[in-house]
Amino acid sequence: MGRYVARRLLQMIPVFIGTTLLIFLMMYALPGDPVRALYGEQSVDVSQIAAIKAEYGLDKPLWQQYINYLTGLPQGDFGTQIASRRPVAEVIGEAFPVTIRLTILAFVFTVLVGVSMGIVSGMRAGRKTDTSVLVITLALISVPSFVLGFLFQWLFAMQFGWVTPTVQDSMNVGQLLLPAIVLASLSLAYVARLTRTSIAENLRADYMRTAVAKGLPRRRIISMHLMRNSMIPVVTFLGIDIGSLMTGAIITEGIFNVQGIGNLVYLALSRREGATVVGIVTVMVLIYLFVNLLVDLLYAVLDPRIRYV
Amino acid sequence: MSELTSKTDTVVAAQAATTPDAVLATDAGPAPGKPRSLWSDAWYDLRHNWMFLLSTFLILLLLLIAAVPDLFISGSVSPRDGDLTAHYLQSPQMSHLFSAEWFGYDHQGRSIYARVLHGTRASILVGVMVTLVVSLVGGLVGLISGYFGGWVDSVVSRVTDVFFGIPFLLGAMVVLNTFAERSVPVVALALAVLGWTSIARVMRGSVITVKQADYVTAARALGAGTGRILFKHILPNAVAPVIVVATIALGGYITAEATLSFLGIGLTEAISWGQDISSGKDYLRTAQYVLFFPAAMLSVTVLAFLMFGDAVRNALDPKSR
Amino acid sequence: MRGAKSAKWVAMAAVVALGATACGGGSGDGDSGDSKAAVDPKGIFSVDVGEPQNPLQPANAKESNGSKVIKAVFSQLVDFDEKGEVVMENAESVETEDSKLWTVKLKDGWTFHNGEAVTAKSYVDSWNWSANIKNNQTNSYWFSDIKGFEDVHPEKGDPKSDTMSGLKVVDEKTFTIELSSPIPYFQYKLGYDVWSPLPSGFFKDPEAYGEKPVGNGAYEFVKWEHKKQIELKTYADYKGEDKPKNGGVIFKNYTTVEAGYQDLLSNNLDIIRQIGPKDLPKRKTDLGERAVDQDYNAIQSIVPAFYTKQWKDIDPKVLQGLSMAIDRDTITKTVLNNTREPATSFVAKGVAGFQEGVAGDILTYDAAKAKKLIEEGGGVPGNKIFIQFNADGGHKEWVEAVCNSIRKATGVDCAGDSKPDFQTDLDARDAKEVKSMYRGGWVQDYPLNVNFLRDLYGSKADGNTSGFADKEIDGLFKKGDNAADLDGAIKAYQEAEKAMFEKMPAIPLWYYKTNFGYSTNVKNVKFNTEGDPILHDIEVLKK
Repeated sequence: MGRYVARRLLQMIPVFIGTTLLIFLMMYALPGDPVRALYGEQSVDVSQIAAIKAEYGLDKPLWQQYINYLTGLPQGDFGTQIASRRPVAEVIGEAFPVTIRLTILAFVFTVLVGVSMGIVSGMRAGRKTDTSVLVITLALISVPSFVLGFLFQWLFAMQFGWVTPTVQDSMNVGQLLLPAIVLASLSLAYVARLTRTSIAENLRADYMRTAVAKGLPRRRIISMHLMRNSMIPVVTFLGIDIGSLMTGAIITEGIFNVQGIGNLVYLALSRREGATVVGIVTVMVLIYLFVNLLVDLLYAVLDPRIRYV
Repeated sequence: MSELTSKTDTVVAAQAATTPDAVLATDAGPAPGKPRSLWSDAWYDLRHNWMFLLSTFLILLLLLIAAVPDLFISGSVSPRDGDLTAHYLQSPQMSHLFSAEWFGYDHQGRSIYARVLHGTRASILVGVMVTLVVSLVGGLVGLISGYFGGWVDSVVSRVTDVFFGIPFLLGAMVVLNTFAERSVPVVALALAVLGWTSIARVMRGSVITVKQADYVTAARALGAGTGRILFKHILPNAVAPVIVVATIALGGYITAEATLSFLGIGLTEAISWGQDISSGKDYLRTAQYVLFFPAAMLSVTVLAFLMFGDAVRNALDPKSR
Repeated sequence: MRGAKSAKWVAMAAVVALGATACGGGSGDGDSGDSKAAVDPKGIFSVDVGEPQNPLQPANAKESNGSKVIKAVFSQLVDFDEKGEVVMENAESVETEDSKLWTVKLKDGWTFHNGEAVTAKSYVDSWNWSANIKNNQTNSYWFSDIKGFEDVHPEKGDPKSDTMSGLKVVDEKTFTIELSSPIPYFQYKLGYDVWSPLPSGFFKDPEAYGEKPVGNGAYEFVKWEHKKQIELKTYADYKGEDKPKNGGVIFKNYTTVEAGYQDLLSNNLDIIRQIGPKDLPKRKTDLGERAVDQDYNAIQSIVPAFYTKQWKDIDPKVLQGLSMAIDRDTITKTVLNNTREPATSFVAKGVAGFQEGVAGDILTYDAAKAKKLIEEGGGVPGNKIFIQFNADGGHKEWVEAVCNSIRKATGVDCAGDSKPDFQTDLDARDAKEVKSMYRGGWVQDYPLNVNFLRDLYGSKADGNTSGFADKEIDGLFKKGDNAADLDGAIKAYQEAEKAMFEKMPAIPLWYYKTNFGYSTNVKNVKFNTEGDPILHDIEVLKK
């Protein structure tokens, strides 16, 4: 087990370096210069721009900039924003709690609704309930989240007046509910379908027949045998999905005025604040890698047949 | 959007992870050589599946619209030219079927119906092109890394991880920002650059299963070369799950293109649903139809491809029914 | 002026990303319905102002959000009235005889918010510091007219001196500014934020002061909760004439205009500076008299890239024709929803030196004449034009409408050339890679016609990115710069503007408007022509 974790952690290093380098290079390749951009529409003060670039080390060759960036990371130094001259770590730190809240809300919603929809339809595979769940999930998957966002905005805010169309206080859990549902809808559909498939498949498994033959009570069969075995693919999906929920927030946060990571990265990208974009991607990649590891370890708990050495 | 494609990825990854290396192809292997195998069974299944029939009809219709949009509108209506004085934000005339004013006019005085029809081509082209590129590149990478294993596999897997780790939407935004003119091939390429990993993973898993099959060992024993084994024996038997994932992902790529256009970094000169949704959002309080029709058309298109992919999956992998 | 408030466009682009609907009108003043309610002189109100992008140092606050804070916290030597005339603020007088040596006398009794007296030294030290290249102030070039600027801001290498030789403290309340060459309208420039004084503590820790500025203005800085809000309170010892009638102001940050508007409707926000496109059509129903449209000294135009093959040797008649092919009236009323008003000259309306009717019929829609002019001028090379714009600025809608209008009226094909964001747009312009025409915009730096003419279309002007160069126009500008006094300069520039319509360095489209709204908590809400609320006049009602 310990060796397995160590090996996995080691494998993460090249992936981490590769991902950050790739984003670093992509940001560098973008047209537009963040320092020049401070001057906006008209011509500019070339000597001042050179002076500012020198201060941030932006005049150095690319590889040196990247090394500087990497060496700063272990000390929590994510660089400095060019326009605001504030540390990137601080800026990300402000936005993160909001996105975490939104993600957790969406996640809880996905699990609760998605799994129960999946169980209900899986237990009644092939019948009417199953078909309607199938249709609902298909619809949820095919409506893009930005369309769903506007649809909900129009329906719940403008028609029913239940909520304000946009979030007024990004830290208020009640207000984050609507964007969280929009964010969750796609994952929810997938979770429901995965659960359904898994349940339907396991219902036909030998161990189920054995359990029924043994005369175990139905409730016990479902909760102890069926659930435990059916949840493995769902857990995997959910684990990996946390990461994609966070990126999905770019759209959702924009539509609903949530001041989280998605908004931050969108602005940073259009202002060419390389350090901020790379910083956010770095954090996301880290979360993604660790959640992946966690999920793999979780298998061993759910399925005793899996052993890591 | 892209969430969709990245989600397809995760679903695949989830399934791959549970039955390590076994993946979806479990039923693809055992019946080589016999013409009445997986494929003909699948075809029999499909012909009796309402989802397949409905989606096929929709897709054919969409393809026809994409090819000759003017066929579906009475009179010659330009989707590009509007008349602000005469048609500014005119409401839909639902009884005037197939006319320019059917879906109303937008804020530029342009026929929304005409625009919805003409937007089809770009969306479907992007979807199909991305799927093709992704299947070719991802398939090849997966084939090589799955077949050779060892250090080749390690390196390829890490590279795949790197691309997989980059948030899809964010990556596409950065890539597309570097292009001044964003035509259909450019957008397709940008999406493909970030999208090939899922196919590569599926193909790799599938190849690993197939290469252990007896007929592969037999072929090798008979002295078949690597190329022959790869393309004659392994590929045909490992390709089914790739086809499934690719068809489902196609819908996702269409959404991805629309999302990027919505954000203003999609197609530049083409008429695109995403762009029209984006400008329609400003009229959400006053003229919802400006947003509604392109959004509905986009959703129906994605749905059609999704149902199609779903039906094919069920046919090829009876276990999941 | 060089680069000027240009970066404001980034923020403004977002605000004006609007573009939407409905009837406008409305006068500058908008008293709330129940003006009888008692006023609370200590009342605090809120305005939507986004997160400043730069540290709050006067010469660094280049974009509009930061500049709003600087304007509230600092007072400059001079200010402007509604007609664009200079009025004294912190200065008792600003005088010159030769337009080269300027003498500034300060008013008595002014203090910074920390109690320190505002002296001649506060100004001179501030300017010397801000101009110094080492201090990385983005607006440092604003001081380039002053003699000795190259010593503190060399093109290469370290500065030779810490002070500009043109600035001399005469006594506690008097200092002189010597310019490197005469500028008859120099006092106009002094109204911009960069010319603020700074307290002595600033120079010891500029970073801390950038996070919590200490100024000499009507409002004292309280605190900055990043991404959330900035709190200001009325400065009790303020000596200026614009003493606030309220107790303070909170600048609240919203990422979307819709969110701000929602808060306005529920009285959680008191003033919204620009109502978003979604809500524009409904604003009169929602707010009644509390939705107001007001002129804003900013202009939008399309600019031919004169370095391209297409426009290099073009007959100006073709450009006149294209101009007449644009139905400004209809477009502003429909697509732009009265957020703009058709332009009638190169200069904005509320600016000193604006002249009515200078354009003749060149800015009026006339399809037949447009076609004729283009034919007479030899047609548009390639018979197709592109208008470059940035997709993140809400320009797409009007670009499409303008193109539509041109196509219909003249048969010249026209399409938008969309750049994903402002950065990319700027990049193409800097690199002289615009393929046909581009969207140009200008917000006043100071309310004088010179700013809308010389600083954009002079062949050597830094704002001139189109490559337009015309000897005759340059000569006319020169005449204005050499004028004996301000009046002479204004008149000379008016002559130049007339000549410009024969050369068409750009096609003026429309002037901006501010479409603001306010809550029932406040009254006497007015905006100036810079698009900012006049904070000190706003009265908060007792609850």
